[in-house]
Amino acid sequence: MGHNWDFSSVFASRALLLQGLENTLILGATCLALGLFFGLFVGAARFSGRAWLYFPATVFVEVFRNTPVLVQIMWFFFAFPIIVPFQVDAFTAAAIGLTLNTVAFSSEIYRAGLQSLARGQWEAGRALGMSYWQQMFRVILPQAARRMLPAFMNRAVELFKMTSLASVVAYGELMHQAKVVSTISFNPIEMYTSVALIFFAVLFPMTVFARRFETRGDPRGRS
Amino acid sequence: MSGGRGADGAGEALRIEDLRKSFGDLEVLGGVSLSVRRGEVVVVIGASGSGKSTMLRCVNFMEIPTSGKIFLGGALVGRERGGGIEYREKELTRLRARVGMVFQHFNLFPHMTVLQNVMEGPKTVLGCDGEECRRRGNLYLDRVGLAWKAESYPSQLSGGQQQRVAIARALAMEPEIMLFDEATSALDPELVGEVLETMKALAEDGMTMIIVTHELGFAYTVADRVLFLSGGRVLEEGTPSEVLTFPREEGTRNFLRGHGTFRLPEPRLD
Ligand SMILES: Nc1ncnc2c1ncn2[C@@H]1O[C@H](COP(=O)(O)OP(=O)(O)OP(=O)(O)O)[C@@H](O)[C@H]1O
Ligand SMILES: [Mg+2]
Repeated sequence: MGHNWDFSSVFASRALLLQGLENTLILGATCLALGLFFGLFVGAARFSGRAWLYFPATVFVEVFRNTPVLVQIMWFFFAFPIIVPFQVDAFTAAAIGLTLNTVAFSSEIYRAGLQSLARGQWEAGRALGMSYWQQMFRVILPQAARRMLPAFMNRAVELFKMTSLASVVAYGELMHQAKVVSTISFNPIEMYTSVALIFFAVLFPMTVFARRFETRGDPRGRS
Repeated sequence: MSGGRGADGAGEALRIEDLRKSFGDLEVLGGVSLSVRRGEVVVVIGASGSGKSTMLRCVNFMEIPTSGKIFLGGALVGRERGGGIEYREKELTRLRARVGMVFQHFNLFPHMTVLQNVMEGPKTVLGCDGEECRRRGNLYLDRVGLAWKAESYPSQLSGGQQQRVAIARALAMEPEIMLFDEATSALDPELVGEVLETMKALAEDGMTMIIVTHELGFAYTVADRVLFLSGGRVLEEGTPSEVLTFPREEGTRNFLRGHGTFRLPEPRLD
């Protein structure tokens, strides 16, 4: 029993799908920016030897690394509103879940990046009279960035794929739009095929780009 | 006391009083006292593990002393509280900008050019504007004879040149005192001379310096005063000829015997 492929119904609902893609990109970009920003602080806390920084950061990272993202999003949608005094809409719940997840994973990338630099680099900055964050931003991160970039790229690809999980709380990203449209126009086969193709079209160039950074050496050499 | 420059008390650059430092149960410094006049060059010698580096690192508070007082430019660092001294990180960060340090392994910033390395302190810490930073950078690079390498990256320089850049980087902060922790120990023998020459020129310009080194010939010619550290204490102190040629203490004699005859610094070639 062959299926009669017909993408015309998909094309007919392109406006809805484009809206979904836009929401996917917004959610992904938001979580990526926030995740990378806060990830630095959690990573620095894990990197530091101080127990009062290390311990809470480690608990945070382990909780988010060892629970499914789907559960995290559901939790922020259903349970979180009970303990906070404000409304949590689908976007916010998904954004919090995915951001914290990205914080947890990127903090480990930061930590490894910070560990890869010799202690003497921190000391040289410190001896000049730099504050901790001046050492971080002027001396350490510029050097570590090159080594961390491929890992961050991979993380970004993972994150954009995970945005599809936001469909469970009915946030109107690509996956959710496809689900809605396909129940109306009875074309789930073509619809999800299209969704897969769209994701591939967006993410494949990213992975290629990331791989180029992995293979390319440092043009200046390193002392 | 040697007949160095500016011997009056008002010209005191640094005073250390009964400095102690322990790492856990290990007491590394057991009460070191030292006063350094402006323009004076103090060389610290001693066996490995005697606490030389720790002493230097306490002076710019890379390590926090367990007890004791440090006065920089006549003023006590930290504030006295309940028999001890309380240090605030903000104050220590400002203080480090006034003390230059040169490391055994240079620790240049590999992602910056030579000039950017030298400009980095003034720019980030002192907040000078672009032109002024650049001027300072070039000035101090010139002082170490490396203005012509301004646009190179550290990895493109020899070890001796890298260390001279590291000296320029510290000088660009226009510090009140310079600390050198075995600045030539990581260098191939043929590169030691150029770095020692640079340090000697600084000393002749009147820079206040505390130098930890194993180059006894250099110590002999450049030091106003030599300190022999043993087990975290000053075992012997005096002019170079007192300590290096006529040591009173058995410990000093043993140490010097292990070093054989000293080698005088070689002339710089470039
Ligand atoms: N951060 C630290 N934690 C624990 N022990 C330390 C630390 N720094 C130094 N020590 C110990 O303190 C002692 C003195 O070290 P220090 O580096 O001051 O000696 P040094 O005279 O500079 O020796 P060297 O000639 O080998 O450089 C050594 O036993 C060393 O292991
Ligand atoms: Mg040492």
